[in-house]
Amino acid sequence: MMPAPAMALRVEKVAVHFGGLVALSDMNFTVGEGEIVSLIGPNGAGKTTAFNVVTGFLDPTRGAVSYRGTALNGLKPYQIADLGLARTFQRTSVFPNDTVYDNLLVGLHRQGRVNLLEAILGLPRARSSERRLRERASELVEWVGLERRARDLAGSLSYGEQRLVGVALALAAEPSMLLLDEPVSGMNASETHTFVELVRNIRDRGVTILLVEHDMPMVMSVSDRIVVLNYGRIIAEGPPDVIRNDPAVIEAYLGQGATRA
Amino acid sequence: MKSAIAILTVVAFASVPLWLRDPYLMNALITTGIFIIGAMSLNLLLGFTGQLSLGHIAFFGIGAYVSALTSLGFDVGLPFGFRIVHDPWPPIVGFVLAIVVAGLCGYLVGLLSFRVRGAYFVIVTISFAEVVRLVALNWVELTQGPLALTNIPSITIGLPGLGDLTLRTKLQNYYLVLAVAVVTYLLISRLVHSHFGRAMRGLMENETLAVSVGIDVTKTLTLAAVISAGIAGAAGSLYAHYIRIIDPEVFAFINTVTMVIMVITGGKGSLAGPVVGGMIFGLLPVFLRPIMAPEAQWIAYGGVLIGILFVLPRGIVPSLALRFAKPRKRIEPVTAVAFSERDVKEHA
Repeated sequence: MMPAPAMALRVEKVAVHFGGLVALSDMNFTVGEGEIVSLIGPNGAGKTTAFNVVTGFLDPTRGAVSYRGTALNGLKPYQIADLGLARTFQRTSVFPNDTVYDNLLVGLHRQGRVNLLEAILGLPRARSSERRLRERASELVEWVGLERRARDLAGSLSYGEQRLVGVALALAAEPSMLLLDEPVSGMNASETHTFVELVRNIRDRGVTILLVEHDMPMVMSVSDRIVVLNYGRIIAEGPPDVIRNDPAVIEAYLGQGATRA
Repeated sequence: MKSAIAILTVVAFASVPLWLRDPYLMNALITTGIFIIGAMSLNLLLGFTGQLSLGHIAFFGIGAYVSALTSLGFDVGLPFGFRIVHDPWPPIVGFVLAIVVAGLCGYLVGLLSFRVRGAYFVIVTISFAEVVRLVALNWVELTQGPLALTNIPSITIGLPGLGDLTLRTKLQNYYLVLAVAVVTYLLISRLVHSHFGRAMRGLMENETLAVSVGIDVTKTLTLAAVISAGIAGAAGSLYAHYIRIIDPEVFAFINTVTMVIMVITGGKGSLAGPVVGGMIFGLLPVFLRPIMAPEAQWIAYGGVLIGILFVLPRGIVPSLALRFAKPRKRIEPVTAVAFSERDVKEHA
């Protein structure tokens, strides 16, 4: 086995309760720099809850999340984005009434902060910043392979294409870690295949990736490591080959008896 | 093409006094112009952030009172034996103070209400307008209450080489209002096309996603409210120095409704929308007056409003733009509902 890489994300003893409902209990896992880690589990296992805790959309009842040594507890989502963590969403992945290109200009918000007065007066600094943003937006559109759709309204794209816009939006923040929430649901086999290539490509450019996904073949082919959740607890963790044969995982997905069959 | 239309429109408006001599119509155009500036400021909030301010006239009225009191001077007693005595300053200073004070009020209202979404902002703005109206009505020592502030001086502007010019005539005031309206239009246009404008659009379309790409919601919305309130204050100041008398009735709810109608019919979220809607509903009463009984006028007014929204639910400008635009894939409008559909979603 390779030596463990430096830790990027560390989730320690995290629990989330919604009233009496325990969505997550005592979750521990880490993601190393440059790794692709997947979080899997049956519906209702707590995957999305875990995701929301990491990205600051939900405060954990107990426990701590840290990224590159900085505690994320209590930070607002945009502050977490500033630390280099970016995410995509399951459903709401685009600004539907804007073109794909304009979506990315919105996504480049953190890079384009110029003095408002300069922007109103159209001063050179604001203009050159605007030019840079437009170049960057074009690059991002190209990166995810949506050049032909750049001028179409994002809401008119297919689900698969909207997911790609979502990824491009997350990449616009120039993250060091990308969190993908069920990115290939609704994609057909060839779209999924292209997407796996994209994920690898993003990792090769030095971005750590945490993935929540249902599509098992996709998860098995792309992940370095897999964390399996069930009923809010981690039941297994390890590389794809180990997870594939883990009895606890097979039972969680297929029910008791499947192991005997 | 778009800028050509804009330039032609400004030239057309500028030429009006050359062929229109009727003082009654000139007066209607000036007050309509002032209300259009108010409607443009409302559109910045309603059309570009999706937040409905149903007390927008408060900022307009505050601008009017601040500007009038600055140029008239006042002498009021405060609790604990304090007194404030203010000597009259030039109206142009009042104009600037009107923008500043109205903007500050926008900041306070935004700070109070943008921590939560949806109907809260609407309710806070309505309450704010009502409170301000009651203050204007009852603080007689400062505002003269229902007796109104009278003899408000006209605006004097210093022109290089020409000395001071006091804008007394309708012609002068017409060009003043036109100039402020053009500046306002350009300001809002630059704003909505800047990174700040994109942040506002992002928030309106998909707030969760906007937050995750790093847009600070409260800051963006509050800044939009400040700018919007400041512009409304400027319009109020123009109103005070043109009409030269203001009473607490300026805060009446119907005045906010008029602005909302101008924005909705013209097309919220379109720059030219409030101008088109404003011209129609600002001048409609003028044209109805000679041909109808007063009761019938309001029925006709309502009929035109309903007719426009029935035929062009997105507003005149966006609907026409869509018709003449190059055919392009477009998803079905979900924003056809006149008022903030976000409210409905949030509370469903």
